[in-house]
Amino acid sequence: MSATKLETSTPDVSPPVRWGEKIIEGLIWAAGLSTILIVALIFIFLLKEGLPTFLDIPLRQLFGKRWYPIEGMFGLASLLAGTLLVTAGAVIITVPLGIVTAIYLGEFAPPWQREILKPLIEVLAGIPSIVLGFLGWVALAPIIQNAGAPTGLTAFTGALILAYMALPTIISISEDALYAVPKEYRDGALAIGATQWQTIWRVVLPAAKSGIVIAVMLGIGRAIGETMVALMVTGNAANIPAFGADIMFQPVRTMTATIAAEMGEVAQGSLHYSVLFGIGILLFLITFAINSLARKLVGGESVRRKRTGF
Amino acid sequence: MTEQTIPNKIDVHDFSFFYGDFQALKRLNLPIKEKQITALIGPSGCGKSTFLRAINRMNDTIPGIRAEGQILLDGEDIYAPDVDVVELRERIGMVFQKPNPFPKSIFENVAFGPRVLKMTNRRDELHQMVRESLEGAALWDEVKHRLKDSAMNLNPGQQQRLCIARTIAVQPEVILMDEPASALDPVATLHVEDLMRTLAENYTIVIVTHNMQQAARASDWTGFFWLGELVEFNKTSALFSSPERELTESYITGRRG
Repeated sequence: MSATKLETSTPDVSPPVRWGEKIIEGLIWAAGLSTILIVALIFIFLLKEGLPTFLDIPLRQLFGKRWYPIEGMFGLASLLAGTLLVTAGAVIITVPLGIVTAIYLGEFAPPWQREILKPLIEVLAGIPSIVLGFLGWVALAPIIQNAGAPTGLTAFTGALILAYMALPTIISISEDALYAVPKEYRDGALAIGATQWQTIWRVVLPAAKSGIVIAVMLGIGRAIGETMVALMVTGNAANIPAFGADIMFQPVRTMTATIAAEMGEVAQGSLHYSVLFGIGILLFLITFAINSLARKLVGGESVRRKRTGF
Repeated sequence: MTEQTIPNKIDVHDFSFFYGDFQALKRLNLPIKEKQITALIGPSGCGKSTFLRAINRMNDTIPGIRAEGQILLDGEDIYAPDVDVVELRERIGMVFQKPNPFPKSIFENVAFGPRVLKMTNRRDELHQMVRESLEGAALWDEVKHRLKDSAMNLNPGQQQRLCIARTIAVQPEVILMDEPASALDPVATLHVEDLMRTLAENYTIVIVTHNMQQAARASDWTGFFWLGELVEFNKTSALFSSPERELTESYITGRRG
């Protein structure tokens, strides 16, 4: 019996090792580490393949306007402009729409409406991007062309479709953030004589700020990184749109679409090949910068703890 | 002023309250005297908190509720269809069981009411209101040098007084307190009780409490609730020294509840 064994053991022996605990601890540690490791590996791989871009091409040429890979001209300005226009357009559409929808769902909608709307929004999240791209191609593009644009495949077409792709993420994470705001805050504001809207605007939204910022950042990440829709509906024209009122209604080409479209045809190890990876490095850095900005906006972990009292 | 001539701030007539099919309050009748402290006592689930939250219609946020009878504030039914609930809550403030300051600065917590009710748009007047409210809640001296600190850094007793300051900043006529000291230590509890006594010079106060000593010490009138009914209502001194009903006596002496 184990009890008798314990009695016979000398008192200065160290306590028994709990192997179950050790193993679980190790697994959790390994899982956590693997995430960091994979991010590091991705970056190293990108650097290895893409570094010649920044070493072999003069920076002035690299950020120039002309993207003619066959002639050895690798100007990324037009691709950066394309990504910026499409992403910014999508964000401007999706962020207000997403937050307002989350507020409606979380604060105003009667339960029966919520029960219908929430699963529908989840369905929207599950639609493959190529289906949405197809929808943009056959349904949205003709409308935009009929409205007077030179072609239906424009930055705006892409932005609108991407906005709807990012919407479910923003809605559901914002709504979670609103839901997590303690009822006591709402009661406190209502009991003073604040209206429901004043309560939401001045108490609930500020208290949910960090979660909403995260929602917005994930939404932006989705819009920047999306490839298929960008490839299908933005027109694929690698030129900088003329600045003007119709800037959104000209065809563009995004960074992701460029990689996807050209990777299949490029000679492995050529300069063109490494430039495509160089574009990947830039995308990686942009998302990294956005995440860092989000952290700054939310305020570090310690600030957040202080603010919410936990 | 003798007892009989103290005007009634609130009159409750045959007031019943339902959560769906469950009747939480059964035909209550009682007066709430102006600028006096009325304590509501009784075991958990007896309806005293429901009644308190019926007075400023905080129960309205719960689906499936229904009220019958009347609660008259200065003679006007607060459940009449034309009553603006937001306006009602400006007149009847509430302090909750768990201190619930907003995750904002001390200053912003007190300034919240004056801001949303647009009581002033002058910075110096707002400062004056915040200061007077904090003084009224006996908190000013402790926080005057750190008004910009987060209210979350205060201790629970200070947080509860901050919530009282936040409530009186909008100058309500009635203050409802739902077990305001139950989350506080004994010293902070006495602070809040002293404060209630001072506040009663200007405000009508209704307090729900589990604590018999607190009701006996701090209130002028006491109502005893049991299973949704008001068993007995009287001057606090009378109710505690010579209760008329046997149920009341056994509860306040601790034999039942």
